[in-house]
Amino acid sequence: MIHSLFLINSAGDIFLEKHWKSVVSRSVCDYFFEAQEKAVDVENVPPVIPTPHHYLISIYQDKVFFVAVIQTEVPPLFVIEFLHRVVAMFRDYFGECSEAAIKENVVTVYELLEEMLDNGFPLATESNILKELIRPPTILRSVVNSITGSSNVGETLPTGQLSIVPWRRAEVKYTNNEAYFDVVEEIDAIVDKSGSTVFAEIQGVIDASIKLSGMPDLTLSFMNPRLLDDVSFHPCVRFKRWESERVLSFIPPDGNFRLMDYHVGSQNLVAIPVYVNHNINFKESGSSGRFDVTVGLKQTMGKSVEGVIMTVHMPKVVLNMNLTPTQGTYTYDPVTKILTWDIGKINPQKIPNLKGVICLQSGAPKPEENPNLNIQFRIQQLAISGIKVNRLDMFGEKYKPFKGVKYVTKAGKFQVRT
Amino acid sequence: MTDSKYFTTTKKGEIFELKAELNSDKKEKKKEAVKKVIASMTVGKDVSALFPDVVNCMQTDNLELKKLVYLYLMNYAKSQPDMAIMAVNTFVKDCEDPNPLIRALAVRTMGCIRVDKITEYLCEPLRKCLKDEDPYVRKTAAVCVAKLHDINAQLVEDQGFLDTLKDLISDSNPMVVANAVAALSEIAESHPNSNLLDLNPQSINKLLTALNECTEWGQIFILDCLANYTPRDDRESQSICERVTPRLSHANSAVVLSAVKVLMKFMEMLPKDLDYYGTLLKKLAPPLVTLLSAEPELQYVALRNINLIVQKRPEILKHEMKVFFVKYNDPIYVKLEKLDIMIRLASQANIAQVLAELKEYATEVDVDFVRKAVRAIGRCAIKVEQSAERCVSTLLDLIQTKVNYVVQEAIVVIKDIFRKYPNKYESVIATLCENLDSLDEPEARAAMIWIVGEYAERIDNADELLESFLEGFHDESTQVQLQLLTAIVKLFLKKPTETQELVQQVLSLATQDSDNPDLRDRGYIYWRLLSTDPVAAKEVVLAEKPLISEETDLIEPTLLDELICHIGTLASVYHKPPNAFVEGSRGVQHKRLPPRTGSNESPESPELAQPAAAQPADQPPAVIPSQGDLLGDLLNLDLGPPTSGGTPAITSAMQMGAMDLLGGGLDSLLGGDLGGSPAIGAGSRSCSYAVLPQCPSRGWSRDLFDLGSGVGMPAGSYVVPKTVWLPAMKAKGLEISGTFARRMGTIQMDVTFTNKAMQIMTDFAIQFNRNSFGLSPAAPLQLATPLSPNQTIEVSLPLSTVGPVMKMDPLNNLQVAVKNNIDVFYFSSLYPINILFVEDGKMERQVFLATWKDIPSDNEAQFQIKDCHLNSDAVSNKLQSNNIFTIAKRNVEGQDMLYQSMKLTNGIWILAELRIQPGSPNFTLSLKCRAPEISQFVLQSYEAMLKN
Repeated sequence: MIHSLFLINSAGDIFLEKHWKSVVSRSVCDYFFEAQEKAVDVENVPPVIPTPHHYLISIYQDKVFFVAVIQTEVPPLFVIEFLHRVVAMFRDYFGECSEAAIKENVVTVYELLEEMLDNGFPLATESNILKELIRPPTILRSVVNSITGSSNVGETLPTGQLSIVPWRRAEVKYTNNEAYFDVVEEIDAIVDKSGSTVFAEIQGVIDASIKLSGMPDLTLSFMNPRLLDDVSFHPCVRFKRWESERVLSFIPPDGNFRLMDYHVGSQNLVAIPVYVNHNINFKESGSSGRFDVTVGLKQTMGKSVEGVIMTVHMPKVVLNMNLTPTQGTYTYDPVTKILTWDIGKINPQKIPNLKGVICLQSGAPKPEENPNLNIQFRIQQLAISGIKVNRLDMFGEKYKPFKGVKYVTKAGKFQVRT
Repeated sequence: MTDSKYFTTTKKGEIFELKAELNSDKKEKKKEAVKKVIASMTVGKDVSALFPDVVNCMQTDNLELKKLVYLYLMNYAKSQPDMAIMAVNTFVKDCEDPNPLIRALAVRTMGCIRVDKITEYLCEPLRKCLKDEDPYVRKTAAVCVAKLHDINAQLVEDQGFLDTLKDLISDSNPMVVANAVAALSEIAESHPNSNLLDLNPQSINKLLTALNECTEWGQIFILDCLANYTPRDDRESQSICERVTPRLSHANSAVVLSAVKVLMKFMEMLPKDLDYYGTLLKKLAPPLVTLLSAEPELQYVALRNINLIVQKRPEILKHEMKVFFVKYNDPIYVKLEKLDIMIRLASQANIAQVLAELKEYATEVDVDFVRKAVRAIGRCAIKVEQSAERCVSTLLDLIQTKVNYVVQEAIVVIKDIFRKYPNKYESVIATLCENLDSLDEPEARAAMIWIVGEYAERIDNADELLESFLEGFHDESTQVQLQLLTAIVKLFLKKPTETQELVQQVLSLATQDSDNPDLRDRGYIYWRLLSTDPVAAKEVVLAEKPLISEETDLIEPTLLDELICHIGTLASVYHKPPNAFVEGSRGVQHKRLPPRTGSNESPESPELAQPAAAQPADQPPAVIPSQGDLLGDLLNLDLGPPTSGGTPAITSAMQMGAMDLLGGGLDSLLGGDLGGSPAIGAGSRSCSYAVLPQCPSRGWSRDLFDLGSGVGMPAGSYVVPKTVWLPAMKAKGLEISGTFARRMGTIQMDVTFTNKAMQIMTDFAIQFNRNSFGLSPAAPLQLATPLSPNQTIEVSLPLSTVGPVMKMDPLNNLQVAVKNNIDVFYFSSLYPINILFVEDGKMERQVFLATWKDIPSDNEAQFQIKDCHLNSDAVSNKLQSNNIFTIAKRNVEGQDMLYQSMKLTNGIWILAELRIQPGSPNFTLSLKCRAPEISQFVLQSYEAMLKN
């Protein structure tokens, strides 16, 4: 199972190590540094690195590498999932997962890691349980602790740990009982230069924020559940009922959690809300080129598209760009070669356009590749797949909760080739 | 107030200061001090000097302080074992605490302290905790057994913890079950044969129940454990699949992939015509697609596994091509994997889309990726014939871009396209020739030269082109040099009149001015061919080339099946079997897909996927193909696509040579008939076995574990312990071990057959190759019952010595062929020469003396036998029971001289003089025989007999 964990910052310093079995020397990380050097870009470091006696499995989050060391045959996904869980837990506890945050809370981090794994086997990874074992640091608590001498480690066995609903604490009490759901959909798409869609799919999630007293048993039903044929659920969802009745029936964890992920694949037609007209060319001889891009609306179901940002990774030989936007602002960073055009909300009457001159390094050959355009946008009150929550019922408790559903559609990896 | 303050004390007396604080009376100050110590520890500072002071803080009611001290202890106990003992009492006391959290914490921490002395004290508390009323404590204790096993395996076995752990599999709490499974799996990994996880339908049922209720991590352990089970029939297989399928919708990708593994494996047993089989196939696609929307690291692992799944069952993802389209900001390792899978999924239906994508990728920035994309276009052309034309025109478009590395890759793949579709696309040669000058990579240059040579008759200035390469001949890489040599010879054979000078030039460059033996040899061979028989040269050099195969990098089917059983593991990421690289797992058992039952449709079943058995079952009973067939197979075997555009002349010539070497031995080994039974095409596979007999059996190796298994040892006669002759890995699950013995005047071969495969083995037969003493089976091999999985049968086979004789090297080498319903296997073993000593081997004294004198002293061999603590009488008795007869005994100068004789089955006499110095363990043995090469084997027998 997982032998050790090293946290490494972008400067290549190991700033935290934790061993769950015998101690593995830090020098094992040299193999990681070697791979990192070879990969040049931090994103391209391979996730699984073999060394003579160990395997290093790493993830990269918030400029920190989490490198797990394993010695025997262990499912790598198990390790990667666990590392992501660690990251999520740090975020949950400290608000972020940066080097500074970890260093600031090093003892809590150590206690958490000890509680999450025993001998390399996962022990407690549910945020609800961990928070009962080790209370998250708050300013108030540290003040109180230093006065009263009490500690931030729970003294009793967490209630959820062994119950059939390990994700929920017992005896939850709220004065305002609320259940909110966010349906968030991201469109991943590749549009080719002629404007036709090469590939498009929707990654959807339903995030829940549940503050309900006692042991509520919820049932969430959809208007059109047949859209959902590829789903993955939080462990609390009763799969049998989903299979037979296509409703989500569950006793929710307390607080914020992801109820389900779904995926509307390339089999279904995916509406593409924006189109891009582009004309980017480089002159064969001279040291300049033309840039002319227009972003317009396509299938938006009558909603407005806002927060539109276009980023373009320009070829290396582009020195500068001299452009005029009809709307919003643009910046070009000559070091990273990234052009960012912050458009904002698109007004269907007045289509935004950005055009002007590209300055190339003189003497350099004309770039071979055309840049890809990356688009971000947001559409409120719309789930582009057409999914709609029908109703939410609560059983097991007597009070009447506040209920609410919010929809939003965003661009995921939305790329336009030129 | 944050923890970073713990790092700020960097003054000189830091340790000293901490010491004072640790010994402070104030609880709060103590705790702060321990926190500082832990903080230093986490960044790798050495604070072991504070050990006693920290341990003193352990007896406290404050749980946080206790935990912190435990953290410290775990880290430093190893370096301070004596000090760590001080903590034992507190641990033992904590294990009795009314608070289950403390009990669990204590037993957990004790297991992490890897000090032998502490582990002794751990046993009693651990035993109690394993039976604790609180499941939280029990599940912690289960893991603790695994920890303890890692430190001291013997102790765990002696204390019976393994049985307790097995009992926990039936625990009422699913978390305890999951942890018990996890612990047992980990222990089993270091104990490959221990059968710890003895799965039966009852335990499977318990696991499946626990699967629904335990945590996500527990589900992974249970699913991985389930994957090792082999269901009895397709119905059981289906019911397990049905209960595992819901896991495909789990949010944890590791659970999903482990579930996929179980389904992929058990699916193998379902009849394909079953409705459920189709349903299952459909259910597998969405979860795999979903894995691809996760973080890039997860995607990578998922893609490596999908690569295997696509090779095994392409139908699952055949409609999902688009999800593998590359996004420009994917990490490179994801891009390359996606590309690979795209080509595997490419078919006539989707080729247009794929090509459009590949063309797009070929203009990307990343050089590695672009190269692979260009190659991929070539692979598409070869795979989907209908698309070849489009691929070629796409490649030509890419060549027009003049981007150097794109052009070079394109030329390399176009060469393969020419090979696959001869006489179709040669019109593009002119375009290719335009780019001759820009090629600077050896592979591309070699490919271009091959093209020029191959189509010399259509290229007007072929001689000029090749000549231009010749100028810098010695600066080229070997690949290019060889290719150039062949190309010019081809050119000469096609246009002999104009190119005589050129060919002479290249031949002299290759033979006289080159240090490279390969190049020189090829040069001389051509030279000789051209000078002696140009017609033959033409036939050889311009011979028809075999077609190249469609898929070049498929994983070999048996390996693929094994990897499918390892989906989700490191093995699946590296596409290698686990024993190839995982250090911790000693002797991992090979996993195999279960055979399909209840279906009369066989082409998909795993055995038949192996080329060796791919013959239809109703063929005439040609058990072992004739030599001619073998040759044919050999030729087919290795003439895969020669990537360098190879020279058939050389390869086939070399193979001819190889064949001659094999011929004799093969013939004798395979010559006979093993008895009529369903066809088993031994094919090329058996051939390679025969040539390279695995010879693990050192007759004398004393494998202790096998000592007892000698079947019915008759009084005195020495029988070598059984050794493994044929490991299961090399014989599709059949393991053969055995030994030879002489009983009541007959030679017997005691053989143990063990079935380590998952299917029943029947129809056994055995045959020997000709050997030095004419050993042959005196009766057919009879196994009373079919050999079912995991069963072991012992057989004693009587042997005669009237079989055909051929001198072997070493002399006592016996090559054996064993056949069963699966295949024919070959192995060789060494028999001890003493089984050939006959009962009437006692020579008359006079004859002995005369013979001793008669044999020339050149034939005498003298040996030392060391470390033998027997007196002369004991030696004499011991040897007598092995048919070595003492004729006379004399005492010369305080030394005992024994004169002995023995006779072999073929009538050869061996005379011996054994000198024993009383009190000294070293004997001197002199042997005289008319066949002196036998002496060393006789010595080996002496040594074996005297020392056992």
